[in-house]
Amino acid sequence: MESLLAQTINLFAVALLVLAFAMIAQRRILTLIHLYTLQGAALVAATLVVAHLTGQHHLYGSAILTFVLKVVLIPVMLHRVIDRLNVRWDVETLFNIPTTMLIGIVLVIVAFNLAAPIASLSASIARGTLGIALACMLLSFLMMIVRAKAVPQVIGFLSMENGLFFAATAATAGMPMIVELGIAFDVLVGILILGVFMFQIREQFDSLDIRHLERLKED
Amino acid sequence: MMLLDWLLVVIAGWLALGVAGIPALRNTGVVARLLFPAGAFLALVLAGLALAALFTEPQTAVLALGLPTLPFHLRLDGLSAFFLLVIGAAGAGISLFAAGYFRQGEGTPPGLMCLEYHLFLASMALVVLADDAYAFMVAWETMALSSFFLVTANHRVPAIRSAGFLYLLVAHVGALAILLTFGVLQAGTGDYTFANMRAQSLSPLWASVAFLLATVGFGAKAGVLPLHVWLPEAHPAAPSPVSALMSAVMLKTAIYGLLRVVFDLAGTQLWWWGVVLLGLGLATALFGVIYSAVQSDMKRLLAYSSIENIGLLFVGMGLAVLFHAYAMSALAALALTATLFHVASHACFKSLLFLATGSVLHATGERSLGKLGGLIRRMPWVAALSLVGVLASSGLPPFSGFVAEWLLLQSFLFTTGLPNSFLNMLVPVVAAAIALVAALAGYVMVKFYGVIFLGQPREPHLAHAHPASPLERAGLVWLGAGCVLLGLFPVQVIGVIDPVTQVLLGAGVGETVRANGWLFLSPTSLGRASYGPLVFLLVVAFAVALTAWLVHRLYHGRLRRSAPWDCGFPAQTARMQDSAEGFGQPIREIFNPVFRMTRELPTPFDAAPKYRVTIEDPFWHGLYLPVARLTERLARLVGRLQQGRIAIYLLYSFLTLIVLLGVVRW
Repeated sequence: MESLLAQTINLFAVALLVLAFAMIAQRRILTLIHLYTLQGAALVAATLVVAHLTGQHHLYGSAILTFVLKVVLIPVMLHRVIDRLNVRWDVETLFNIPTTMLIGIVLVIVAFNLAAPIASLSASIARGTLGIALACMLLSFLMMIVRAKAVPQVIGFLSMENGLFFAATAATAGMPMIVELGIAFDVLVGILILGVFMFQIREQFDSLDIRHLERLKED
Repeated sequence: MMLLDWLLVVIAGWLALGVAGIPALRNTGVVARLLFPAGAFLALVLAGLALAALFTEPQTAVLALGLPTLPFHLRLDGLSAFFLLVIGAAGAGISLFAAGYFRQGEGTPPGLMCLEYHLFLASMALVVLADDAYAFMVAWETMALSSFFLVTANHRVPAIRSAGFLYLLVAHVGALAILLTFGVLQAGTGDYTFANMRAQSLSPLWASVAFLLATVGFGAKAGVLPLHVWLPEAHPAAPSPVSALMSAVMLKTAIYGLLRVVFDLAGTQLWWWGVVLLGLGLATALFGVIYSAVQSDMKRLLAYSSIENIGLLFVGMGLAVLFHAYAMSALAALALTATLFHVASHACFKSLLFLATGSVLHATGERSLGKLGGLIRRMPWVAALSLVGVLASSGLPPFSGFVAEWLLLQSFLFTTGLPNSFLNMLVPVVAAAIALVAALAGYVMVKFYGVIFLGQPREPHLAHAHPASPLERAGLVWLGAGCVLLGLFPVQVIGVIDPVTQVLLGAGVGETVRANGWLFLSPTSLGRASYGPLVFLLVVAFAVALTAWLVHRLYHGRLRRSAPWDCGFPAQTARMQDSAEGFGQPIREIFNPVFRMTRELPTPFDAAPKYRVTIEDPFWHGLYLPVARLTERLARLVGRLQQGRIAIYLLYSFLTLIVLLGVVRW
């Protein structure tokens, strides 16, 4: 039973990684939000399993928090934002998608290499998933770099936070509750500010293309 | 209570006066009639206490100010007492003058000026009392900042703001060097009290590093080449009492700091330090005097003259180090006595002259020499007292400047005894150059006095110039008396300087001087050289009286007035008098290669001819602008990193993250 549950954690971890790749490959913004929601759900499931396995009850709390924030609140806000801004497509990326996927594979290998010695130090049951968590973070970061529109960048930022959260749950037995609350609050405030920014960018430039921001630089 | 405690009470009094200026922010009456005269009184008390402190044992105190485990250590010894005396005596005259000078409507309100001014005075006093690096740097930076705000009193003028910025920049570069000096001197013990620094014995290499850093740091504040550029900009920008205070007293705190480091904290002195100081001082003095000869702004002229005097002080210190390094203590004491005498003398006459320019500026609104003239009739007091200052500044007997330069040249005459043939060849050249500087300084002062006060007014509105107010006059009289008394009673003054050289060098000339009587000043022996200022004064007075009597007796009494030959040009105006530019022309020609000059000459057929000559500081183009350009180019290179694209910025953090993770991994 124990090993089965541990395998379940690995399953959810893989789901996170696959979803991260899917986000890199996805051009439609609406689908991106769905993928993000799914990622949040996988994270909640993984956290619940870890909580059950280790018997740490505060992890239930953080699972509930994650659910409310990442599966319900943020996706709803993102939906409203894209409705108001009327953006559905993110046509342009800086690199084409196959190249980005290849870079992503390299990143996963790098992440596993980096995580190997840290994971061997950890005594947690889910220690093998640290590499996956790190890979998720790096992939989301990559997505932030290659996307040219503001909304996918914001989603990349949020998904990076998912990776961070998963790393914390997997490698150690979760962060202290107060830190988790702080981060959750930060993410919420962050998305509010970024939403305001997105409206401002569109008002200024009639577009959400962040390349227009280059004009703000002095020569 | 010890003397040191009383001194701290005076300093606290200054701070209280400054704070009292805040409620009376725009009340010129209270500030001018009450606070500034009170500050002058406190300065007098400070001078009196310092005079008493010169003849007592060193006293120490620990103030529980500052950070919890880092209290302020204070120490009052001969050197600090002497500089406190200078601060107090000059500060009293300047505060008295300032009481009549500051008024409404010059940018910063009078109450705020009062705060900055008294903060400035208090911080200077604390600088010379400080006995650990922390207290010293706090006082030093307070001094720099308060004087920065005083310089930019009239901050609505862009030129004044940029002058203030330049001053602040150089001051901070200097402060960094001073901080590093202390860092070297504490020799890795982590204890920054001066007592600990004295106890450390540094290797010659590290001692030399400390010396060079101190020369840069204190040189920046004093205005030694090539860090002098802020002086000619800041002095014309500042209100006159501030210029006077900065030139007379603040520059001297730099001299104090260098003396403290070289003779007290460093522990050893190497002979080549003396050569460095001598060379720097000589270059500075020559540069200052040549440039002051070609200025046509009266305060800028005095600023360059201050640079020259700082050069002379450095030369004196260089000689003292040289003699001390070869264990010739009596001669080192002579050179140091000359230096300290010049400190006191320069504090008196330069503040007197700066204050006089302030009176002229208030009376006429003009700073340019080309628009002044003939003010001796409108402002007789200022003219007479300026004459005293000018004579002292040119080094003429029986005034203070002469004694200082005479002592300096006396100590030069003994350099033949140095056991180093290279120096024996070099030093006479320096002595000759110093004589040249002294002569040119006289030339500059003739120009300064002649163009402002003598001749005919060059502008019609000068006829309405009003004489200085009584308080301004009182300040000028106090400083003028200083010039005269220092010159007339050098033996007594050297008696005051003697404890300082005893502290620093363990030797003094006071004994010999006293042994030779109070009438004649003779630093070594009566047979070798002596100077009796009172005798000189009596002889001069007698000769003048005799000549007057003879002229009166022989004068035939027949007076005939007729028009002088007008060279065939009928209209003669006051503008045809010799101008400041005209007076400086020979110097411009002789030292032509030194200047960076642009001239615009009119054609002979020009109906309204205009002649313009601009003289720029070669250090701007040779040193400062290249440094500025280099900085800008480096900044541009850094700017290349900033493409303005979010993806690029994100890539930077991404790569940094990967690299850092890699570092952690391996």
